Amino acid sequence: MASVTEAPLLAPQPDKKPPRKRGRLVPYWLLLPGILWLLIFFALPMVYQASTSVQTGSLEEGFKVTWHFQTYWNALSDYWPQFLRSVLYAGAATILCLVLGYPLAYLIAFRAGRWRNVVLILVIAPFFTSFLIRTLAWKTILADGGPVVGALNTLHVLDVTNWLGFTSGDRVLATPLAVVCGLTYNFLPFMILPLYTSLERIDGRLHEAAGDLYAKPFTTFRKVTFPLSMPGVVSGTLLTFIPASGDYVNADLLGSTDTRMVGNVIQTQFLRILDYPTAAALSFILMAAILIMVTLYIRKSGTEDLV
Amino acid sequence: MAFVRWFKRNLVVIGGLLTLGYLLLPNVIVTVFSFNKPKGRFNYEWQQFSLDAWRDPCGVADMCGSLSISLQIAVWATIGATILGTMIAFALVRYRFRARGAVNSLIFLPMAMPEVVMAASLLTLFLNLGAQLGFWTILIAHIMFCLSFVVTAVKARVMSMDPRLEQAAQDLYAGPVQTFLRVTLPIAAPGIAAGALLAFALSFDDFIITNFNAGSTVTFPMFVWGSAQRGTPVQINVIGTTMFIVAVLFVLAGMVISNRRNKQKA
Repeated sequence: MASVTEAPLLAPQPDKKPPRKRGRLVPYWLLLPGILWLLIFFALPMVYQASTSVQTGSLEEGFKVTWHFQTYWNALSDYWPQFLRSVLYAGAATILCLVLGYPLAYLIAFRAGRWRNVVLILVIAPFFTSFLIRTLAWKTILADGGPVVGALNTLHVLDVTNWLGFTSGDRVLATPLAVVCGLTYNFLPFMILPLYTSLERIDGRLHEAAGDLYAKPFTTFRKVTFPLSMPGVVSGTLLTFIPASGDYVNADLLGSTDTRMVGNVIQTQFLRILDYPTAAALSFILMAAILIMVTLYIRKSGTEDLV
Repeated sequence: MAFVRWFKRNLVVIGGLLTLGYLLLPNVIVTVFSFNKPKGRFNYEWQQFSLDAWRDPCGVADMCGSLSISLQIAVWATIGATILGTMIAFALVRYRFRARGAVNSLIFLPMAMPEVVMAASLLTLFLNLGAQLGFWTILIAHIMFCLSFVVTAVKARVMSMDPRLEQAAQDLYAGPVQTFLRVTLPIAAPGIAAGALLAFALSFDDFIITNFNAGSTVTFPMFVWGSAQRGTPVQINVIGTTMFIVAVLFVLAGMVISNRRNKQKA
């Protein structure tokens, strides 16, 4: 979704007409309502949040701006494990999404033939079933003593994940593995769709050419397909990582108190404890961290025209 | 050996289908468990086949009420975001003006922000203004976060439009209004429809932003969230299954219509 680049200015331009004064204001009138909406309900709230984060006080006595930056320091030192967990879980889910999503996107783009639209619908349709209901279904799938956990046990997968600290004992629910599994599941379509869009644009004759030049299938993939799908990879990873790092639903429904992510803390602080300054500081740190990571990532991957 | 070769050649297909299975497994579970007759309050374990929930989908207190609130919000949010977003998309594609870069970033930022950050900041705004949390604050928030997605969807379509078609209409003495209604709008329609559909799905399904700004109003996702703590009625699975089927039918119908149109043109 973020991969839309600017319109080529080379497109045929309409005939030049003598400039009319009335016409020059048209774009501004078109923009005005929507931009005002975003300024008032997106930008202004950020300002309010910034000011809330440097306030002190309590709900009963009211909050006052005291430029109390200590809140940021306290928030970081109290909740760094949750921050770290958010980055780790979201990162793991993003990598899993890429690994799982790539074959499916490739399948839709090159191998599905007349089934292409059917598979695409099956990827998009779950979007319309409330994601909370689907996440709750994972409780049934991963239930203790259920077939999935039983199979993982028999195959000794759980021994490995236990050793890695992803699971504990004979269960998957309420462990980091369950949370990452839920995150991967929830954001997989956000990876598949951009990947598919960029794969679909690749000319199939390039694959033939690579084959004619004696490239093995894997070499073709490594040297031709994957580099050409980079815009999809970049926007897919962003669309997966950003929402996953702020998510608190999966950690809450599938995890335990040991898997709380920063989203859970922000939610609790804002809606239960009502400690608004700490909550605002936390969400500001999250925002800043993500903006920095995203900027670095986009620089590194050399696709700055993406945004 | 033959099997190994076949396996190697179809590795991508096998991997892709496995992923598709992973993606659809929860939907299968939701559907199967809509025919369950659970013993306790929670519907996580299979007990016994029953059609009770399908016969009486609104048998749970407050569930269908929350569903109707969610539908109303989704409809209004879709209308609002589609109108505002389409206007912005046209301005961005069709006109050169100052502050284009700033407008583009303002559109991009809401999509690049974790929902919880937007949710929390909106709550601080509403608290500071002393606004009554409820239907209207939810609607305002939904229009806000759907807007960017509509702009992106419409922009993609308008960008691929040939401006010469509109010139041709004007050469044939169509006025600006007529040109817009009979030429520009029909060509942009698929993009606008895609944006509207996306907005509807996003608004209907949103939990995080709604949870922060809903006050005591309960939307359907919030009802589901609450039920995860209190006990999930089977009817939730009935609604989930129905939504999946309706979505598939909707998309199929859209494809049939556009196929037919393309055939007429050919």
